[in-house]
Parts: sequence; structure tokens; C-alpha cells
Amino acid sequence: MTNPYRPFKAEILSVLPQTGIDFTFRLAADIKVESGQFVEVSLPGVGEAPISVSDFGPGWIEMTIRRVGKLTNVIHTLTPGGSLFIRGPYGKGFPVDRFTGRDLIIAAGGTGLAPVKSIVRRFYKNTAELKSLTLLAGFKSPSDVLFRDEINIWQSCINVQITVDGDDTGEWKGRVGLITKLISGLPKIDVQNTEVIIVGPPVMMKFASQEFFKKGIPEDRVWVSFERKMCCGLGKCGHCKIDDTYVCLEGPVFNYTAAAQLTD
Amino acid sequence: MGYVLDGQSFDGLLSQLSKEYLIYAPVRISGKGAYSDTDLVAYGQISSLDEIEYNEKSRFSPKELIYPITQTLFYFTEDEYKEPAVSQKSIIIFCRPCDVHAFRRLDEIFLKNGDFRDSYYEAIRRKTVFFILECAGSFENCFCVSMGTNRVEGYAALLRPGEGQVTCDVDEHFAPLFARYGKPAGMTPRFIEENSISVILPEEIDKNIFDHQMWQEYSSRCTACGRCTVSCPTCSCFTMQDIFYEDNPRCGERRRVWASCMVDGFTELAGGHGFRKDNGSRMRFKVMHKIYDFRKRFGYDMCVGCGRCDDVCPEYISFSGCVNKVSSLAGEVKKDD
Ligand SMILES: Cc1cc2nc3c(=O)[nH]c(=O)nc-3n(C[C@H](O)[C@H](O)[C@H](O)COP(=O)(O)OP(=O)(O)OC[C@H]3O[C@@H](n4cnc5c(N)ncnc54)[C@H](O)[C@@H]3O)c2cc1C
Ligand code: SF4
Ligand code: SF4
Ligand code: FES
Repeated sequence: MTNPYRPFKAEILSVLPQTGIDFTFRLAADIKVESGQFVEVSLPGVGEAPISVSDFGPGWIEMTIRRVGKLTNVIHTLTPGGSLFIRGPYGKGFPVDRFTGRDLIIAAGGTGLAPVKSIVRRFYKNTAELKSLTLLAGFKSPSDVLFRDEINIWQSCINVQITVDGDDTGEWKGRVGLITKLISGLPKIDVQNTEVIIVGPPVMMKFASQEFFKKGIPEDRVWVSFERKMCCGLGKCGHCKIDDTYVCLEGPVFNYTAAAQLTD
Repeated sequence: MGYVLDGQSFDGLLSQLSKEYLIYAPVRISGKGAYSDTDLVAYGQISSLDEIEYNEKSRFSPKELIYPITQTLFYFTEDEYKEPAVSQKSIIIFCRPCDVHAFRRLDEIFLKNGDFRDSYYEAIRRKTVFFILECAGSFENCFCVSMGTNRVEGYAALLRPGEGQVTCDVDEHFAPLFARYGKPAGMTPRFIEENSISVILPEEIDKNIFDHQMWQEYSSRCTACGRCTVSCPTCSCFTMQDIFYEDNPRCGERRRVWASCMVDGFTELAGGHGFRKDNGSRMRFKVMHKIYDFRKRFGYDMCVGCGRCDDVCPEYISFSGCVNKVSSLAGEVKKDD
């Protein structure tokens, strides 16, 4: 009998602070991941938590972890050469193959950029695979902007628009305002050939999707990712259940038409 | 095959079985009841017929024997995850027909839902044998007939305790052993065919019942104590918990502990964000799971009609009453025949 709760030890290859409270950890791990999936990360005696895989490649995965509590506080004290325990990956990711040949628009709010980062990285250079790629991202303030270095690189190849809710630094030269404003400001969308990904806090996903519907995007072309409390990732602990759906099994990525049916 | 055993022979049989099995049955624990000077009927290990509490419904279900309230998944030193050893012995559980049906529901979650089998549950479950205690009459709050969980087929043994003796119907595996301790006797199992409470199960539930004002009543009455889910034989949710030892912080355990969708914190996320903050929507979530969501996923209802949730609720909230309210609202109802 294999024990599905047994994690394996993964060495930390690098730690890259993104903001004061969000660090990106690269781990040595030989697992096959789909964009949008998550792993259960733990430290013995401290705790275990679901964390999205923000990027991956042969023999490594990356996670961008926000310091919010018991486990993540301790994880943030770790350095390269140290290790984390992981199990997974779990859940259904984004249907990346469906996007080929289409216009793809990604709208990410805050840490919601993490689960879609691997999609941007895959497509920003291979624009031949997509018809076009647009990335809209909104953050609370300039100091919350994630993946700055990557964004600079992406900007030279694809349409990237970053906005902040408010500027607390006085030095921000970019856009200020909600992400919904970026969506309404998009030029005419080829609605028959566009797929949309929206990831962020629940309110952001709600208003962003409405903005896309106003633009004429059909509901079944919109993909969202849910965050729920999860204690197992295996369909056992029950915390993530909504109606007859287990977010850890059928999600966290859902088509909007399925997500709209769920009542918490 | 039917046998009758007197008390002494039955104890002899139990002692023989105990070489191979850990034997559990509902027992009376004096003074541990919900009110002072009352007894608690719960599951415990037994070695004689006298210890089995046959005339009352157990407050807690036998689920904790296979799925403990707190279960250590790993012991660790800083770098090593070690699983606790599992007892080599098989187990026999004396329980009611509804309880056997409840284990089938737990099997669905722990052994089937998703791609992985829960190895901790399976390790004990695969070694478990049920000896069914025939119900002499329906207890208070039971509605097993409506849920179709009043009968069991394919059991190892079914027992009818009577004055100083037990009449049993046993399968081929256990027949030789029962033959050694008892005398052959005619035994036709009798199952409960009527409860004083019956529920009507809604076939389809319209989404607008989710927002119906009927749930507000529970928002004001339910205190989110979680007793209903603790006593329920089909509730299976748990939370993970890591601890380290005070005297040696480099060592500790990862445990899982029963959790309840009725209690605060079940859905809480970072920043205090949570879902189903009011108790009425938690009641809705629980009831829908028991009589609707589970069926959509697995083809039959989760609730087995044991009525324990109603037995234990300090606010006298009736689960069966709530199900009937939902059904009458759902309009299109299917009468159980
Ligand atoms: C599918 C999924 C993907 C996620 N991806 C990421 C990610 O890429 N990066 C990231 O930083 N975080 C991510 N999270 C959130 C992350 O799991 C929580 O921040 C983490 O559990 C907090 O653990 P802690 O021990 O540090 O905090 P705790 O001390 O446990 O709690 C701090 C706060 O977080 C809440 N919390 C507890 N468990 C969870 C949970 N499972 N999910 C959310 N909140 C919880 C607590 O109720 C409390 O309010 C993801 C969550 C899910 C469900
Ligand atoms: S919901 Fe109530 S009646 Fe149904 S199985 Fe659980 S405790 Fe028994
Ligand atoms: S036992 Fe009664 S009061 Fe307690 S959570 Fe259940 S319904 Fe609410
Ligand atoms: S996370 Fe445990 S059931 Fe989904």
C-alpha cells in the first residue's frame, strides 16, 4: 500500500525575494506538472499547506510563497541548501493545448500571477503557438509587484499591462487603477477566437469576468482558479468541497460555466 | 446457518475469537453521559456478552475504530517521516445495520474519491469484520427505512441477543466456530420495516433552495457546536495538525483530527477570509451533502438515517425535519416505497 500523504524531501536551489513578503523558491524535484496545479508543501513539526507551482522545468519546480502564518513564516527563513518536503502535484491545471492558435488574455490579481507564470513563460517567446498573448496584472501597490525582472523581459515580446490600486511610493510611473479598467480599455477582441484566464482574489475574479462578458467573450472561454482551504489535496479531508465538487480534484482551475454553478 | 449460544458459551466464543481479533461493541460507560448522572453508550473493547449494551442506541458511532478522532500519520525527527506501526490483529465490530451501511459511505471517500486510496483507513478497514446486532425495535429519531439502510445482506454474523442467550445467523467462514460453542437453531433475520419518523428525499434540488429563507431559522438556532457531525457515522472530514514535543522540539508528529463543517474555521483562508460564515448556510451545506451532493457523485445518499445528529443536538434541531422541509420546497418529491 502506498501512502499518499508521504512527502519527499526537495532541496532548495535558490530563494528570490519578489516583495517584502513574497519569496520565490526553486526546488530540485523530478515531478511532471501542468500549469495551474499545486503541491502540498510541509516542514515536519510545523505544518503543511497547498502552494501553486509557479514555474517548472526538467528536474525543478518553483513556488512563490507569501508569508502569512505559521508554516510560511518558517519557510521564509530557509536558504539554498536547505530543504522542504513536498507531495503532488495535485488538481487540474489550465487546458493549455486548447489555447494554441488563439488569442490568449490573462488577467491576474496579486499573487494570482503565480499560478499562470509558467503559461506566460511558455508562450511569450513562442508566439507562433498562439495568435497573440496579452497579460494584464493588478497589484495593491508598487511594492507588491511580483516577477519584475520577468515582466521586463516579457514586455519586449508581448502586450503586458501592469496597474496598481494606489501608489504609496510616489515613484510609480505606470498605471494606477483597478484591473477592470485595463480590461475595458482593451481594443476590439476577436470574441470567436479568444480564451481568457482570470486568477486572483474572489472579488477581483468576479468583476474581471463581468468586464470580459461586456466585451462579448462567451462564458465558456473563461478559465478561473479557485482558492479554498485544503488539508489533503486528495479528495479526503473535505475542506475544499463545494456542492458535489472537490476543488482539489476537479479544480483548482475551472471553466467559468462550471465555476458559476458552485454555491459555497 | 443458525445457532443458539447461552451466555457462557458466547463468552467462550469471544475468548476464542480474541486470539485473532480485537473485539469492539457498544458499551455503557457510567457517569460519562451528556448530563450529570447519566451514562454514555459508546464503543469499547469487550470480552463478554454482558458488556454489550444492546437496548440503547450508541451516542457515538463505530467509525472511530477505523478512523480515529486523532490519528498520527507520521512521527518525525527533523529529516525522517516514520509511519506508526499498525496492530497485526484483525477486528470485529458489533454494530447495527445502519452502521455497516455508513462504513460503505466512508469507503467511498477514503478508498475511492480521487486517484488515491487512504492507506491509514485501508490498513484497518481491510481487516475489519462486522457482526450485526439485530434491532429489536426502532429507536428514537431513527429513519433507516426511508434511507434503505434497515437491511443488510452478506454479513459475517447477525446476532439476536435474548434472555440469557444469543441466536445467530453466520456465514460459512464463522459457522464451524459457532457450531463448536452453540447448538443449531432456526434463525431468520428480522429487520426494522417501519420507523416512527420517515423522510421524503428530494429527487432534484433547484438552486434557489440554496438561498431560501428556510435556512435563516438555523442561523439563529444552531450554535455551531459540531456535535451532530461528531456523532454522525458518515462524516469523514479532517484537519492536518503538526506538533513538536515540548522536551525535544526537533521531534514531533503529523496528525489528522476530525473536523466539522458546522464549526468556525472550517473554510478559513489567509486574511480571515472564509465561506459560509452564518450557521444556517453551514446547516444547508451539511444537509445537502447528506441527501443530495453525495448522491450526485456516488449514486446513493450519504445519510443512513441513524438519527444520532438529532439525538445529540443541544438546540433540538431536527435533521429529518429539515430534510422534509427541503423536500416539500423542492416540490417534485419522490416518495420512498
Ligand atoms: C490551490 C491553492 C494554491 C495556493 N497557492 C499559493 C501560492 O502559490 N503561494 C502562496 O503564498 N499561497 C498559496 N496558497 C495559500 C496557502 O496555502 C496559505 O497561505 C497557507 O496555507 C498558509 O499557511 P501558514 O501555515 O503559513 O498559515 P496559517 O498559520 O495556517 O494561517 C494563516 C492564515 O491562513 C489561513 N489558511 C490556512 N490554511 C490555508 C489554506 N490551505 N489556504 C489558504 N489559507 C489558509 C488560516 O486560516 C489563517 O487565516 C494556495 C492555496 C491553495 C488552496
Ligand atoms: S446525518 Fe444524522 S441521521 Fe444521517 S447518518 Fe449522519 S447522524 Fe445519522
Ligand atoms: S448539534 Fe445542533 S447546534 Fe450543534 S452544530 Fe449540529 S445542528 Fe448546530
Ligand atoms: S483538499 Fe482535502 S478534500 Fe480537497
